[in-house]
Amino acid sequence: MKVKVISRSEEEYTRERKSDLRKVQRNYDPQLHQFEKAHEYTRALNAAKLDRIFAKPFLAALPHDDGVTCLARNPKLVNSIVSGCADGDIRIWDIPGERTLRRLVGHTGAVKGISFAPDGETCVSAGIDATVKLWKVPYAPFEAGEVQEDAEAVFEFQGKNAFRGVDHHWDRTSFATAGAAVDIWDHSRSEPVQSFTWGSDTVTSVRFNPAEPDVFASTGSDRSIALYDLRRATPLRKLVMQTRCNALAWNPMEPFNFTAANEDCCLYTYDMRKLTSALTVHKDFVSAVMDVDYSPTGKEFVAGSYDRSVRIFGAQAGHSREVYTTKRMQRVFAVRFSGDATYVFSGSDDMNVRVWKAKASEQLGVRLPREKHKQAYNDALVERYKHMPEVKRIARHRHLPTAIYKAAKTRRAVTDSDKRKLQRRIEHSAPGSIVVKPDRKRKIVAQVE
Amino acid sequence: MAEESKPPRLDGEGKAGKKRKKKDPDLAAAAKRMKRGPGVDLKAIGDKKLKGKLRRSEDVISKSQKKAAAINEWLLPASAGALEAEGVERTWNFRQDAIVAAVDQTAAKKAFDLSLPDLGPYSVSFTRNGRFMLLGGQMGHLAVMDWQRSHLVCEVQVKETVRDVTFLHNETFWAAAQKKYVYIYDKRGLEVHCLRDHAEAHALEFLPHHFLLASVGEHGVLRYQDTSTGHIVATHRTKMGPCSVMRQNPHNAVLCLGHARGTVTMWTPNLTVPAVKMLCHQGPVTALAVDQGGHHMVTSGADGQIKVWDVRMLKPLHAYFAHSPPTSMDISQRGMLAVGYGRKVQVWQDALSSKAQSPYLTHQLPAGVLRSFRFCPYEDVMGIGTSAGISTILVPGAGEPNFDSLVANPFQTNKQRQEGEVVALLDKLQPDTIVLDPDSVGRLRKEPGEVAAQRRQEEAAANAARLAAQRREAEDKVKMKGKNRPSKRHRKKQTNIIEERKPTVKERQKQEADRRKEAAAKKAETVIPEDAPRSVRRFYKA
Repeated sequence: MKVKVISRSEEEYTRERKSDLRKVQRNYDPQLHQFEKAHEYTRALNAAKLDRIFAKPFLAALPHDDGVTCLARNPKLVNSIVSGCADGDIRIWDIPGERTLRRLVGHTGAVKGISFAPDGETCVSAGIDATVKLWKVPYAPFEAGEVQEDAEAVFEFQGKNAFRGVDHHWDRTSFATAGAAVDIWDHSRSEPVQSFTWGSDTVTSVRFNPAEPDVFASTGSDRSIALYDLRRATPLRKLVMQTRCNALAWNPMEPFNFTAANEDCCLYTYDMRKLTSALTVHKDFVSAVMDVDYSPTGKEFVAGSYDRSVRIFGAQAGHSREVYTTKRMQRVFAVRFSGDATYVFSGSDDMNVRVWKAKASEQLGVRLPREKHKQAYNDALVERYKHMPEVKRIARHRHLPTAIYKAAKTRRAVTDSDKRKLQRRIEHSAPGSIVVKPDRKRKIVAQVE
Repeated sequence: MAEESKPPRLDGEGKAGKKRKKKDPDLAAAAKRMKRGPGVDLKAIGDKKLKGKLRRSEDVISKSQKKAAAINEWLLPASAGALEAEGVERTWNFRQDAIVAAVDQTAAKKAFDLSLPDLGPYSVSFTRNGRFMLLGGQMGHLAVMDWQRSHLVCEVQVKETVRDVTFLHNETFWAAAQKKYVYIYDKRGLEVHCLRDHAEAHALEFLPHHFLLASVGEHGVLRYQDTSTGHIVATHRTKMGPCSVMRQNPHNAVLCLGHARGTVTMWTPNLTVPAVKMLCHQGPVTALAVDQGGHHMVTSGADGQIKVWDVRMLKPLHAYFAHSPPTSMDISQRGMLAVGYGRKVQVWQDALSSKAQSPYLTHQLPAGVLRSFRFCPYEDVMGIGTSAGISTILVPGAGEPNFDSLVANPFQTNKQRQEGEVVALLDKLQPDTIVLDPDSVGRLRKEPGEVAAQRRQEEAAANAARLAAQRREAEDKVKMKGKNRPSKRHRKKQTNIIEERKPTVKERQKQEADRRKEAAAKKAETVIPEDAPRSVRRFYKA
């Protein structure tokens, strides 16, 4: 007779002293882990609920004396942004301290654009007073206290017409301004080095391509998006849409793609090599989109709108992931992502620069590895079960102001009825006589070389 | 020499780079055992993006299965118990004292006899980690033991009939079905709740994942009570008379009830009628057991039959015949079936998937008559409650040798128990997740085409009916408001005028048409001769 029975010695399975770690034994046999799937689903549901409970994205409001018209982030510093105001005032902010470091005084009209030089110590601003000013930007000192001082411009470039936007080159000492024409300036010259015109309409914004040092793009009030090459005397190509674009931003990770904020409540992502059709149409706003800025990761971008909301979209997503509103926030004119992709800044008509979290429910500050792990697990669970009706309902729910909610409803009714009408027309016409253009192409009017 | 002679190639050296790592068949089989349900059929998916996503996730799943299998193979410290006969010996001839004598001292200590002849017969229950044993004497003796350490945790004499006992989620709380009500006690033996809703319960079951305490009894009413919130979740009237045979299916938390007329019904809190009702025996069902994986159910009836059922297919597999109707049955973690009647307990190995020819172990009770027994989880031990007291016997190979500390830890400390309780409560499953197929939770089932079409049709019909009713209502209503509105008055006038003028207008139109017709006819009549001069042609005109 051979006998063997289970016989465990307690010492083997328990710790010897209190300072030891507890012994953990795993057995992955599915028979011991009953209801695994149901438990996982329950956890996913709880994770979705927790995510909504902790969604408190608003962090701070930084006050100005007039509507905020433009924002710029310092490429060398995470904690500092600069905002321009409709009364010609520019302020450098210390974000963690929620205080103004400097007021840059000099513009006599509204500031329409600010941009940092690549060294992070100088910035240029352009205004409707037809001047571009060059400023020295000090680093944020760490000690607290009131340090607000006024500072004067270092240099002033005189233009002929009002400026609508400015973008500094990310590598050189030159910058581009948008106005009656697109002008290229250099720090050391008082006159524009180069000038591009295409028609007689105003150019509203200009942005350098983040990878190709000579390529940049602009949006104009003639409903156009134009591409330029500094090595050529004339603009490269122009895309005319049905409605005007207010701003554009290049994707920093896929630098051939850019997203344009349009007046028709949508954003359009284009591939600069193929302008016949948009890559994606980003819908959800209910009024003109005023500004757009990409996250440094290139995975998502933030956009601000005339409908008093800020939305965050995935780079390839047709609808927004997040919408931020407050009772007091008015029309948003400028938005920026922070350099570490953790925060979002918005400047609006109600004289405030607002600081938001990019992920509404993210826990700020240093987290333990265990907490990080748990958060990652919860996110994965929600991602896995996002199609389940219960989880979807909770994860997608956002409380919107009545005005936006109703406007969205009306817009939906209109688009639905248009769709129905089109469907009926197709049904009652000869087959093939009505060609339906996809949304990605519908708003493109012409392409000019 | 023009050509250098090549050194003789070692066999297989050149191939070593190409040679694939040979698959370990044991590991592959082990990985297969780790599978949770069927994989996704990628061929049937047209969407490229989705296909890629699913392929990646399937990859991750299969990798993790292999990894888990490897971990289980290398890191699990213990192997299962076994009993082997040599030569002419037969395992069922081995007596307990011989087995106890052959094992080491710690294991030998696990087999004991407690003589409690006055307050029996006893029913037995174990905690999920197998560390604590709960005894319920029919005459009112209740006790909780840390049985391996021979330590009595608490003891109560309720001076009342006790019909069944069960632990709740851990050893700190336990329930007893007494003469009139079900009571909940804590680890000090203090009565903490009296559940008056559960009247005259005969059998108790606790569903640990859902925190549900279920009872059925004299009135044949099955009640589910949530022990974390205290709410009665469901009350089902079985309408099949008194019932004292109840076991849960550990795989899907469905409760199986054995009834007096030979039927077995399976219940969930969500259906007021049994999810499954099957006729298993002629005469009353005396005992019932379901295995860990939820594959097999064993029932025994007063007709002396012991039947093994495939619970997923709901088909009989095979049947055994007992000399007298079994009073108690249980299935161990590793699938051993124990059957007991009178003073005899038999343990069968491999009796579920195939028909076994002979028992694995037999045990004759030294004293008293059998009431009930349970296998102890994670131990090769069975606890037997009899009219003479409590005894435990060794059944080599019954229990799972390797526990998972995060599921059930026999050596858990107080802190671990407390933390485990919190985690269990956070992960508590809602009662509506109790279904026959537990994998269907968290899965969307696409509506079949005809069902969707029917639903749409019904919706359309309902809408049409509502609209028609609305219209009828609007027509029935005699609207007085706005009758004298200027626009209405004007419109009325217009309609009247038109009505009056209509006949005359029509008349005039008719006359005009007639005249035209006549003229045309006349024109056709007058033919101008070919030779008429141009100057007189106008006189031919009608």
